[in-house]
Amino acid sequence: MGQALQRAAQWTSAKGGSGGKLEFTKLNEDLLNQVMNWVEGFGAKYPEESKLIFKSALTWKTSLRPENLTGGYQEKGEDMVSTQTSSKDNTPMLTLKKVASNDYSVSVMSLEFCENVLRMAGNQKLMEVRGCLEANRDPGAKMLGDRFATVEGDDNSIYRFIEEITKEIEQSAKQEGQEGQSDVEEKKLQLKLQLQINRLDQQLLQQSIQQITSEVRLTPATVDGEVNILQQLSGYDEDKNCLESCEYWGDGYVFQNGCRAQPWRQLHGDICYIQVKPHDTDVVYVTANTSGYYCNSGVDNSKPGELDYTKQGDSYRELVTLLKDKSPKFAEMIDKQEFALRAKEKDDALMIQKEAKRDGDDDEYSRERTQDHKVHKETTKDKDMKQKKTQKKKKLEPSLKWKALGMEEYKETDKEKKVVKKKQVPSRMKTRTPVDAEESFSESSSESEEEEEAVERRSETNADLPSEYWQIQKLVKYLKGGNQTATIIALCSMRDFNLAQETCQLAIRDVGGLEVLINLLDTDEIKCKIGSLKILKEISRNIQIRRAIADLGGLQTMVKILRDQDKDLKCLAAETIANVAKFRRARRTVRQHGGIKKLVGLLDCAPLTGQMTPELERDVQVARCGALALWSCSKSKKNKEAMRKAGAIPLLARLLKSTHEDMLIPVVGTLQECASEPSYRLAIRTEGMIEDLVKNLKSADPELQMHCASAIFKCAEEKETRDLVRQYGGLDPLVALLQQSDNKELLAAATGAIWKCAISTENVQRFQDLKAIDLLVGLLHDQPEEVLVNVVGALGELAKETPNRQQIRKAGGISPLVNLLTGTNQALLVNVTKAVGQCAEEQDNMVIIDRLDGVRLLWSLLKNQNPDVQASAAWAICPCIENAKDAGEMVRSFVGGLELIVSLLKSEHKEVLASVCAAIANIAKDEENLAVITDHGVVPMLARLTNTTDDKLRRHLAEAIARCCNWGNNRVAFGREGAVAPLVRYLKSSDENVHRSTARALFQLSKHPENCITMHEAGVVQPLMKMVGSEDEDLQEAAAGCIGNIRRLALANEKARYS
Amino acid sequence: MPAKRKTFGTKRQEMAHKADRLSKMKLCHFTKQEVERLLQLFKEFTKAITEEVKRGKEGIHRSAFRDILHRHFDMTDDVLMDKVFKAFDADNDGYISDEEWVIGMSVFLKGTLEEQSRFCFGVYALRGEDSYIHREEMFMLLKDCLVQHQQEEDAEEMQKDLVEITLKKLDMDHDGRLSIEDYHKAIKQEVLMMESLGPCLPNARCRDSFLEIIADDKNKQKC
Repeated sequence: MGQALQRAAQWTSAKGGSGGKLEFTKLNEDLLNQVMNWVEGFGAKYPEESKLIFKSALTWKTSLRPENLTGGYQEKGEDMVSTQTSSKDNTPMLTLKKVASNDYSVSVMSLEFCENVLRMAGNQKLMEVRGCLEANRDPGAKMLGDRFATVEGDDNSIYRFIEEITKEIEQSAKQEGQEGQSDVEEKKLQLKLQLQINRLDQQLLQQSIQQITSEVRLTPATVDGEVNILQQLSGYDEDKNCLESCEYWGDGYVFQNGCRAQPWRQLHGDICYIQVKPHDTDVVYVTANTSGYYCNSGVDNSKPGELDYTKQGDSYRELVTLLKDKSPKFAEMIDKQEFALRAKEKDDALMIQKEAKRDGDDDEYSRERTQDHKVHKETTKDKDMKQKKTQKKKKLEPSLKWKALGMEEYKETDKEKKVVKKKQVPSRMKTRTPVDAEESFSESSSESEEEEEAVERRSETNADLPSEYWQIQKLVKYLKGGNQTATIIALCSMRDFNLAQETCQLAIRDVGGLEVLINLLDTDEIKCKIGSLKILKEISRNIQIRRAIADLGGLQTMVKILRDQDKDLKCLAAETIANVAKFRRARRTVRQHGGIKKLVGLLDCAPLTGQMTPELERDVQVARCGALALWSCSKSKKNKEAMRKAGAIPLLARLLKSTHEDMLIPVVGTLQECASEPSYRLAIRTEGMIEDLVKNLKSADPELQMHCASAIFKCAEEKETRDLVRQYGGLDPLVALLQQSDNKELLAAATGAIWKCAISTENVQRFQDLKAIDLLVGLLHDQPEEVLVNVVGALGELAKETPNRQQIRKAGGISPLVNLLTGTNQALLVNVTKAVGQCAEEQDNMVIIDRLDGVRLLWSLLKNQNPDVQASAAWAICPCIENAKDAGEMVRSFVGGLELIVSLLKSEHKEVLASVCAAIANIAKDEENLAVITDHGVVPMLARLTNTTDDKLRRHLAEAIARCCNWGNNRVAFGREGAVAPLVRYLKSSDENVHRSTARALFQLSKHPENCITMHEAGVVQPLMKMVGSEDEDLQEAAAGCIGNIRRLALANEKARYS
Repeated sequence: MPAKRKTFGTKRQEMAHKADRLSKMKLCHFTKQEVERLLQLFKEFTKAITEEVKRGKEGIHRSAFRDILHRHFDMTDDVLMDKVFKAFDADNDGYISDEEWVIGMSVFLKGTLEEQSRFCFGVYALRGEDSYIHREEMFMLLKDCLVQHQQEEDAEEMQKDLVEITLKKLDMDHDGRLSIEDYHKAIKQEVLMMESLGPCLPNARCRDSFLEIIADDKNKQKC
């Protein structure tokens, strides 16, 4: 508390004297309030400490009167004393002494009584605290003795005290003396209290620091600084300068304290007046007051040389903030940060001239400056005569020194400018990043595989640099400092280095060669451009170089070059773009600068067939390079869109007719990349590209085959495409590709294509003829996951046909498939579960699956995080239960299995719900199991789902409800849970399957009369009547049964009424 | 003199005949019309220099040729322009005759790679196409290529180094000097090295605009 009182509290000027008063400021008030709260709450929190007797009483002048004292006080002469006395010397704990006729002073001996005083003082308690603290500048010392007096600097009394106490405790432990014991106890209390006081002290200090920091006042020096910077930034160019002018208003005289305002205005705290002219508004007159900047009312016309000093608007901490509010243009410029510094171009030579020219100005300037120094000193409140003398001395010094001073000042301001400039850069980048981030989210997700995060490898110490580094550095020097001839020699020479080597690539970057190479692209010299691009093309294979090229704005220039006349140049630019645009930001840059359109334009070349002249061949080369670049660019979704809009599809279709592999690879690569978009898939089909893709499947080039297969893989999502692939005879080469077991990429693409093509039953037929199953089963071993996913997917599709299921078993495919159920790859698991499910449709297969414990594996996949896997596993479980022997027993053997599957009814995914309903319908066939799931609360969970509109879910849900009715009073429970009325609505669905299962469920439910009533009310009879006439016997029977039940109830009702 | 009294018609005929002959030469890549137009231009360029014509030495003088190179082909280097003049001036008589003009322009504007590399070598080589270019000559040609910095003491060092680099690129048989065969080989490897010792061929823009001047006229005649 002492520290806070000394440092933070604001004492009146009579500081140092004993009679110091606390100023009436907000800061002090907060301080007092906190002390008061502390004292008031102290007794409740620390009863023992509060009873501790002070070493000496705290005494102060009080506003308390004897009549205020209530309870436990007695008169003693003129004074009032408390009945309670201190145990040591019997002094009363509280004494109210009459000092003068109407003046009392109070002395208290413990915090408890301090609290009492405050309580008795009522409204005056803040005054009491104030009085107490004013009279006792260091209450801690009084309370606990002088050893705890607040001292400047290190205060370690408390540590000494702790030591003392521990020592005494040790001693007393030896002596077992009673006397020592109580002493120690007291000391412990003292210590505790001291610690409490320290804590309060700290809190107080912290609070006051917070307040003090928020109340920084202006000084002439800060005002000068701010005005100076603004002056440097102002000028008449609207695009470069943020202000037109910024001047001091007034006669320019600067007072000794650094203020420019007239002395009588200085009394109000005014420092100076500033006249600012922004570009867009009228002149603003600003008062710089110690409390902040604010606008005044401007020039007073009635009194020349005077301002109307009335404050207008708010105060601001900084001049810039004020101007930002006043002038939108200024705010914009400051935000844009693209203004020029007026004094930037002044270099050293000029400076001397200016120095001479501005002699007079500088004199004054330096004078101002010296005064600024003084202001600083003044703020430290050292108002000595000595200071004034030195000031006078300075003034008498010859002007030479002033000049020197001026120089110094000049440099200083220069530095300031630099600082300002440096600051601009990061803030500008900051404003850009959110835009970047926003944009990047819009890119397609297919690019997750790419090298977004390149590891930055800096060259180590110079000693380790290879000799190439120095040679390249030399060549770059020639590039920079040579004419065209030297440039070309250097470029050609640079190409002799092994540019595929990373050391050379990074060396070019590290010596600043990239900048030069990219700059060369902006010149008129075709040869330089070609030479530069040839190098860039090579080195842009490096990830870091790509990024650097993009950062240096190389892509923009290259996109421009795409429009050049020279074909070689176009080729090189497109090839380099193809290399650079391997990462997302680069692709975006290409698009944003219209690169996609130009690249698509490159594709438009003369017909590829017929006689080839060298000129035509070069056109074809241009088209090839364009396709290469587009291939890279087509990894971004937006680029695909842009390409489509630019009309790339028909051009690609034409190029696809080419017979050259080096042309076909980029074209097919682009197509397969784009085929992820439905619009492209449609176009690929309608433009007749499937035929060409199939044709190229038979190519000798594995890369081309791979891209073709991959394109078919993506396009075959559509039925028409699948048919086209078959019609063009594409299935045979696809199956043939399965033998390419060492090229994994090709294998993955081919199996993928087979998978998708097998969705059509006609294709399955063909695959059967081609004996694809044996080949595919052979691929279930030792393949990477990408291949396995597709192989298993294909088997799953093929297994929809009964003979194929048998074929899979014969080929020994069941066992590896079941083994794959233990994997972790989500996509693979989805496909494996599907395939196993399909296989399980066959009794013989099921025997194998059961033996391999496949059902348990499937069941455990229900616990998978991925809802797709969950759903797929649940679907696969259905046929397993249907076809396994002793299915009920098997299901029961899975510990917690039934509970798990019931709990999946809480899932949010429709597919999971539908599949689980189907599984439950199968499980419920077994009575015991039905009993268990009923116990797990399956009925209310199913009932809750009945409001769905999804037909697939409705169908299986109704099925599950129908089966679950067969236990106990489940029918009643369904009725109670309100499942009946929604089921009736299912009958309006357009799906026949829904009708069937719903009718079955209603039939089951109608066995309970209450449900019949609900159904009837929901209008079930009419749709059921219609369904009685259905072709489907199942449906017919169920509907009729249901109506029968309703009718029977009605009859019984009538009977009851009449009997 | 009968030649001087030729009518306009016969003059034209003669020119057409000459054009026909020239355009059929192996070295000439121009069509007959283009040659005619070139010859017309030749006439225009030589019209001013009547004195020479009187003396029977018809042709473009060195300074006039420099002027043409400067005006039409943006060339500025006097030394190189002189060298180009020498390359055009096949018979070394100080004047470019009409035939030299047409053949020179053919290589200059439309020459094949080999012709142009021969031409460039001829420009660079002091003693004609059959001699060698030595280090010292290369140094003279390349010494102004690097922008000089006063503070850089190793300026000459850099120039020498540049010569070494160039020689390394061009000297295919590693005998320390350039022969025409070296040059041909080097150009075949790297077309960009064509004007490796200084610009002596027109750049694409100038070439196209000059060819247009020739072709333009042809179209006019057609119209």
